[in-house]
Amino acid sequence: MSDTLSAEVKMIQNRPGRLREFWFYFRENRGAVFGLWIFVGFVLLAAFAPLIAPHDPSAQFRAFALRPPVWQDGGTWRFPLGTDPLGRDMLSRLIVGARYSFFVGIVVVAVAASGGIIIGLVAGFAPRWLDAIIMRIMDIILAFPSLLLALVLVAVLGPSLTNAMIAIAIVLQPHYVRLTRASVLSEKQKDYVTSARVAGSGLIRLMFVTVLPNCLAPIIVQGALSFSTAILDAAALGFLGMGAQPPTPEWGTMLAEAREFILRAWWVVTFPGVAILVTVLAINLMGDGLRDALDPKLKRS
Amino acid sequence: MTAPVMTATALARHYEVGGGMFAKPQTLRAVARVDFDLYAGKTLAVVGESGCGKSTLARMITMIEEPTAGSLTLDGQPVVRARWPKLRQDVQIVFQDPYGSLNPRQRVGTILMEPLAINRRDMKKAAREEKAREMLGLVGLRPEHFDRYPHMFSGGQRQRIAIARALMLDPKVLVLDEPVSALDVSIQSAILNLLVDLQERMGLAYLFISHDLSVVRHVADEIIVMYLGKAVERGPKADVFAAPRHPYTKALLSATPQADPAARKERIKLVGELPSPLDVPPGCPFAPRCWKVQDICRETRPELDLPAHAAACFFPLKPGENATDAVLSEEDFNTESLPQTD
Repeated sequence: MSDTLSAEVKMIQNRPGRLREFWFYFRENRGAVFGLWIFVGFVLLAAFAPLIAPHDPSAQFRAFALRPPVWQDGGTWRFPLGTDPLGRDMLSRLIVGARYSFFVGIVVVAVAASGGIIIGLVAGFAPRWLDAIIMRIMDIILAFPSLLLALVLVAVLGPSLTNAMIAIAIVLQPHYVRLTRASVLSEKQKDYVTSARVAGSGLIRLMFVTVLPNCLAPIIVQGALSFSTAILDAAALGFLGMGAQPPTPEWGTMLAEAREFILRAWWVVTFPGVAILVTVLAINLMGDGLRDALDPKLKRS
Repeated sequence: MTAPVMTATALARHYEVGGGMFAKPQTLRAVARVDFDLYAGKTLAVVGESGCGKSTLARMITMIEEPTAGSLTLDGQPVVRARWPKLRQDVQIVFQDPYGSLNPRQRVGTILMEPLAINRRDMKKAAREEKAREMLGLVGLRPEHFDRYPHMFSGGQRQRIAIARALMLDPKVLVLDEPVSALDVSIQSAILNLLVDLQERMGLAYLFISHDLSVVRHVADEIIVMYLGKAVERGPKADVFAAPRHPYTKALLSATPQADPAARKERIKLVGELPSPLDVPPGCPFAPRCWKVQDICRETRPELDLPAHAAACFFPLKPGENATDAVLSEEDFNTESLPQTD
């Protein structure tokens, strides 16, 4: 009896930890791993931007305006990716721009997710009429094209990077609300919630200690995916002149500033565009892998 | 006899179902006027098929839902909503599904200490932990299980954890809502023995809900048989099993398998479906399926009769009476009493 039991105990102890198991499933998806590495590079770039960038991103080298990248005629190693119309180094601006994008992503996801989770929890636990009111408001927000709504909000608040982030956070919030509410409603049915209630848990404890931790998996995935949406929307707002204002080296703003030189100097628009593309693609790939790894339905036993 | 720990008088729970903007809501009588007493150290078993209101009864007793009518007293004090937080500590519940009743994100230790953390604020953390570890030993788990997550345990072990959690607050009444139905038969007996053992040791009153009569035969002192939200028979275990008085109880008992192949089998097959609880027949709810039905059964609702071993039936079975005899003697009965189905 005790022998079989101890064998069982050993088996349980040898079972891989949650993180190991997660990595096992995440590794299956090669695109996701690829995305993860690019994302890590992006984070490092953003973190050490002032050390890596060869020049000050706003320093203007007037003698070198619109220099092509190094592999084209007229390019120099001093400005590997060329310069913009004001003679600023493209590479430095892109590297420092990563900082802004990362900042936008973090702040927007944090604001949208925390607000959305709290509203979603309240909606899930609220009486039916309050739930209906909250969800209809969220439906109204979702009914507008997201970028258009963000544009209107920024137009009202005044164009700046901070206001753009607030607008994007408001636009992304309903997704978190719906996701949280759906998970809460399905978790609330389970017996462990009832037994917590019989044990005397109050509503707040029930919401945050008992139910919320069991709803987090889909929210984490949504967080990863909306990180890229936030970057893309911030760039779009920047391009339309409603986001970061010049001379901030934000990728979307850089695109907008260089628009008139598209035909004369392809590098001024191509590089910020490629930077946005690669970052968003990498994060989306990573998010897909994250979803697959966290979704128990896709797990093999 | 000592005073009962818990007394329910005419306990009822109705639900309003349907009813949109224009439709009038219908009333679903999940539990209608059920009476019982629970005594310390005794087990009251509630049996019946699915949908007869057993679980609703459990939810009312554990103060998850408020009864629509009737009264409930705990230790002589009335159970009303305002006093729930205080009284809840004395009534705890163990659920059927051990996989859904433990929070997958909490360690066993946290699960066990949670009731204390909520209700015994003045208790030191070390004291709580000590008590939780002691309880872990009491239900037959080992100390190293304290820091594990529920998914690392088997169904039987999880049910032990659920029982330990229910006992953390030293309740007087433990509601067991089909505690062994989801377990393997070999594990079932281990859990049942544990429950019997704990009852003796802690003087608990059990309300044991089950549809498995062989389990009930093992643990119960008294039995209530429910049908469509009403108690149709109530009495001591031995009497109910030996001489069921209500035809429904008789049919229910005949459905339990017997281990003796030589025993004469008298299997009563009920015809028809359980009537919808939205539209309970005006008379005896069992009348459409009963083989002894007469006109009075369809018109007047019978109430529980004798106090010791009560049955809600106008024509209770006498000891030794066989259902098949009745059916054979009235051959045209079956066609007549079939419910209107197509």
